Amino acid sequence: MSAPHSFDLAQHSVRELNAALHALAPSTNATGWLVQNPDGRHALAAGLDVPVTVEIAGHAGYYCAGMNQHATVIVHGSAGTGVAENMMSGRVHVQGDASQSAGATAHGGLLLIDGNASARCGISLKGADIVVKGSVGHMAAFMAQAGTLVVLGDAGDSLGDSIYEAHLYVRGRVASLGADCIEVPMTAADRAELQEKLQAAGLDGQVRPDEFRRYGSGRTLYHFHVDNAAAY
Amino acid sequence: MCGIVGLFAKDCAIEADLGAHLAGMLTSMSDRGPDSAGFAVYAPGQSGALKLTLRPPEGTDPGALLARLGIPDSSIAMRGSHAVLTVPQSGYAAARQSLAAHAADTVVVGCGASMELYKEVGAPADVARRFDLAGMHGSHGIGHTRMATESAVTTDGAHPFSTGTDQCLVHNGSLSNHNALRRELRRLGYAFATENDTEVAAVYLSAKMHGGLPLGEVLRGALQDLDGFYTFVVGTGTGFGVLRDPIACKPAVMAETDRYVAFGTEFRALANLPGIGTARVWEPEPATVYFWDRA
Repeated sequence: MSAPHSFDLAQHSVRELNAALHALAPSTNATGWLVQNPDGRHALAAGLDVPVTVEIAGHAGYYCAGMNQHATVIVHGSAGTGVAENMMSGRVHVQGDASQSAGATAHGGLLLIDGNASARCGISLKGADIVVKGSVGHMAAFMAQAGTLVVLGDAGDSLGDSIYEAHLYVRGRVASLGADCIEVPMTAADRAELQEKLQAAGLDGQVRPDEFRRYGSGRTLYHFHVDNAAAY
Repeated sequence: MCGIVGLFAKDCAIEADLGAHLAGMLTSMSDRGPDSAGFAVYAPGQSGALKLTLRPPEGTDPGALLARLGIPDSSIAMRGSHAVLTVPQSGYAAARQSLAAHAADTVVVGCGASMELYKEVGAPADVARRFDLAGMHGSHGIGHTRMATESAVTTDGAHPFSTGTDQCLVHNGSLSNHNALRRELRRLGYAFATENDTEVAAVYLSAKMHGGLPLGEVLRGALQDLDGFYTFVVGTGTGFGVLRDPIACKPAVMAETDRYVAFGTEFRALANLPGIGTARVWEPEPATVYFWDRA
C-alpha cells in the first residue's frame, strides 16, 4: 500500500471527507486514508461501502464508522456514542474507549475495542462480532438477537437483558444478569466459536476460551406461553 | 440535548486563560444548545466581601442603582446586561432587603465570595461575547448551552441556576417528577421563579443543604428523590461536582492533566484544551458522585 491519503479536518469539513470516501469505487487504488485533527467530530467515515482503510488520528465523536460495509476503520483514540452502529461488514478498531451503544444493531463485521465500552454496548446486536478488551457498562447486549459479544474484563448491571440468540462471553465478573439472560454451559462448538473471535481480534494465544463464561437467552421471554397471556 | 462544560484549573496559567478556554468550550456546544447560554466563573473577590450578580432592567444606570440601594462600602460594576454588586459580608442581609425594597425589578442571579453568574437568551458565542467571558480569569468555571425542552426560552430559564452562596447547578436532561417535587418544596416555603425542571433540582439541592447536609450527601440523596434523565454539574466555591443518573442516557466526558480537570457533554468541547492529546479522558460512571476540590 502506498502512503495514505491525508485528510485534515482542520482544513476541510466532515461532509467533504465522507463525500470523498463515498465517491470511491470498489476497485480504487486509494485504499489508505489518514484523517487528521478529528477533535471528536461526529459521523467520521460513516456509510463506507468499499474495502479501504481509514485511520482516524485522534478521538472520534458520535456514530464513527456507522453503517460500515467492507471498510476497515481504525480510531487512534476514543470513540463517542454509537461507534460502528448498524455495521454490515468490515472491521472497526477503537484503540481507546468507546462510549454508549457501541456496535448498536450491527449486522456483520468485527468491532474491536481496546479499552472499555460504556453503557448499552451491542444493544440490539443483529449478527456482528464485538470484542472488548476492557469492561462493558450496564445493559450490554440489551435485546441482542444474533452475533457475539466477547468481553475480556467485567460486565455491568443487567447484562443481556431480554436477549434473543446472541452469544455473550465474559471473562471477568458480571454485576448482574438482565431479564431472561442466563449462564449457559460452554459446549465444544462455543469454545471453537470463541477461539475464532479471539483469533480475529489478534488475541490468539494471549487469552484462552476456557477463561470465559457464556451467557445467553433463557428463552422464557420471547416464546409465547398461554399462561403469560395476561402479561401481553 | 443541552451542553455542559466545566474547567477546573490546577495551575496559574490555566487560571489566567480560564475564561478564554471556557468561551471556546461553550461555543463548541452551540449545536447542542442554541437558544440560551450561561456560565459561572469563580475568582476570589475582595477579602470579607460578597459579590451579588444582578440583572437590572435594561438601561439601568449602575451608579444610580448603587445610590438607590444605599449599602455602605459597596461598589458596582457592569458586565454586559448584568452587574456585580460587591458588599461587605456583614452587609449582605441589608443588601438583600434593600434590593427587595428599592430594586424589586432587579433579579439577583447569584451570590458568592468568588462566584459570578451570567446567563442570557441567544447563541452561546454571542452570549460569551456580550459578557466578555474570554476576558475573565478564575480558578474554575462551569457553563451551559440550552436547547429548551421542558419550559420556555427565557433568561430565567437559562442555566446555571444558583443553589446557594458560591453554588450553582447546570443540568442536561429532563426531570419527570419536578411538578410533584415543586409542590412539596413550595409547601415547605421555597419560592420558584419559573416552571423549569432544573430550577426544581436547584431548589431541592438548596433545601437539603439548608437542612445541614453536605453537598456530597445531597447529591447521593438526589439519586433517590429525582426521577428522570440528568447529568448535573454543581459549581462550588472550591471546585465542582458531577452526577449522572443511573440510566446515564445523557452523555458526559471528563479529561484530566496535571494542569486542569475538564468536563464536557461531548469530547468536542475538550478538543482544543492544552495538552488534551495526552490527557486522561474518561466517562464518569452512572449514579456516582464525583468531586474536584482545591482542598
